Amino acid sequence: MFEWEKVGKIFDPTKVGDRPWLNEFAQAPSTLIFEDFVRVYFSCRPPADEKGQYVSYTAFVDLKRDDLTCVVNVAESPILPLGERGTFDEFGVYPTSVIRSDEKVIAYFGGWTRCESVPFNVAIGCAQSFDGGVTFQRLGNGPILSYSPNEPFILSGPKIRRFNGKWQLFYIAGKKWIQTSVRPEPVYRIRLATSDNGFDWIKHDQDLIPTRIEENECQASPDVFFFDGSYHMFYCYRYSLNYKGKDGGYRIGYAYSKDLISWVRRDDLAGIDVSNFGWDNEMISYPHVFMLDGQIWMMYLGNGVGRYGFGLARLTGKLPSW
Amino acid sequence: MNWQRRGKIFDPTNDSFFDNLVGYAQSPQVLPINEGHRVFFSTRVADGLQKFKSVVAFVDFDHYFRYIHNRACHDVVTLGDLGNFDEHGIFPFSPTVAKGQIFAYTCGWSRRVSVSVETSTGLAVSDDGGKTFRKMGHGPIFTSSLHEPFLVGDSFVRFFESAFHMWYIYGTKWIDNHNTGQAERVYKIGYARSSNGVDWERVRQGIINDKIGVEECQALPSVAYWKGYYHMVFCYRHPFDFRTNPDKGYRLGYAVSNNLLDWQRNDSALDSLLPTGKDDWDADMMCYPHFFVHANKLHLLYNGNQFGKFGFGLATTE
Repeated sequence: MFEWEKVGKIFDPTKVGDRPWLNEFAQAPSTLIFEDFVRVYFSCRPPADEKGQYVSYTAFVDLKRDDLTCVVNVAESPILPLGERGTFDEFGVYPTSVIRSDEKVIAYFGGWTRCESVPFNVAIGCAQSFDGGVTFQRLGNGPILSYSPNEPFILSGPKIRRFNGKWQLFYIAGKKWIQTSVRPEPVYRIRLATSDNGFDWIKHDQDLIPTRIEENECQASPDVFFFDGSYHMFYCYRYSLNYKGKDGGYRIGYAYSKDLISWVRRDDLAGIDVSNFGWDNEMISYPHVFMLDGQIWMMYLGNGVGRYGFGLARLTGKLPSW
Repeated sequence: MNWQRRGKIFDPTNDSFFDNLVGYAQSPQVLPINEGHRVFFSTRVADGLQKFKSVVAFVDFDHYFRYIHNRACHDVVTLGDLGNFDEHGIFPFSPTVAKGQIFAYTCGWSRRVSVSVETSTGLAVSDDGGKTFRKMGHGPIFTSSLHEPFLVGDSFVRFFESAFHMWYIYGTKWIDNHNTGQAERVYKIGYARSSNGVDWERVRQGIINDKIGVEECQALPSVAYWKGYYHMVFCYRHPFDFRTNPDKGYRLGYAVSNNLLDWQRNDSALDSLLPTGKDDWDADMMCYPHFFVHANKLHLLYNGNQFGKFGFGLATTE
């Protein structure tokens, strides 16, 4: 079993203050490591409009490399503007995952549009940065990964990796919308696509992680790293309905694989759960695991799915060997 | 080309089988059957007070398009479930026969908030000779991409020269009409190729030159092989004011190719097709055309005034 020591919440977007577009939420942290600091991309929101609807932007915060609790810089503006009228990302850029490629930084992100019969739809876009990840430009106005017969809607939560000389994109895809008396709720699962160049993708077209808590389990944030001959995935999962409190809310799960295709789900080994009290005592979600100077860390969200920021945990025990 | 106008051959508002609908028989497209021609089209059912959904129907004609001997509606293909790309309608519906199977490429509609609609192309297959179609999955086979950001649809597929060829439309921009407050769409014709009819490779965009400016909207490409050339018919209009102003509404365009890739636009090939009377059923608008060859003659089905609310007509080459 993994053993994690919680450091606590390390960034609170509601304390930034002077950026109206960065009012609340710091969701889906994803790191890019620099010489002196660690840049953490996250998605944030300005206040809701008169109808109570939000848009999301992606921004970043730089943390001191040798003390990740120390904020040294906060993005002056979103890394990308929202998409043009009628485009897939007109109402949100969330979440974002970045990777270095030669001199560039490439970002894969979920772009949000609003629909009539269901609240939203999401497809995956791609943008690139030539200034070290401060500002990005879209490769085009449309998505780079979109809908297909078995992935009919909600392609979101991209996590970009390079393993075995190939680009690997872990993401989620919608399965169905459940009609409720309040609003339709989506069911989504973890998927994989592979590419030789980062632009042309072949979908594996299968769910990677079997369901455990219910048939309509929702899974998100498939965060994969390679260590000691195995691929390790931390992700989060929740019930499809009544998930905004402790009982149905997100928890962090774990699975491992030898080949990126067949995964053994072992949530019992994740080693991290809600706290008894504090900022993460109702739910934990959107894990991101990264290695820094020989130490493995996890960033994750607490109550309110990141409304008041993200926290950090340090791996204390040894990694399991499979 | 010397066209002979046969006039309107089907009007859903004059056919008791379609009594409980609100009219419309849009984008007629032919599937040959033993007893003549099955013509699929999209009709409309009311969905609340202000809106409607397009559903697929067909009527069967004899070989000479003199009479209708069979009708079907509602169960040809189902609309999508909640949140799917084809939840709010299928229009058009494009059948094709290839490798012994009957396929149909569907243009699915789903409503948006900041703009009216988004579309994508789905695929359905018939196991009963073209009466009903089952959809391949819940999602589209051909949809928005990096450089075709929205409104991919109107797919028309034919198997020529050992490959599947698709002509389709894609949106290039939504532009604000400051007079109405609505966003109106601009779309162009593209071309894609496939070896199996399912997995498509985009080959070329903007294959038809604009005639009325860069904001010309081009729709419903349809291609037939006849007398040694590939012939394309499509419709085009101005981006604004096209619903009520006949000067801005849909007209038919024509192009010819000898290699499926390079097209020479020549709308005047349809001159002899144009209506002569101001009260003709197609005097204000001509749209949603379909080319097919029968008895060695090039045939054209198309809609007239009000986007086909009162049916479709036929013309043949002499």
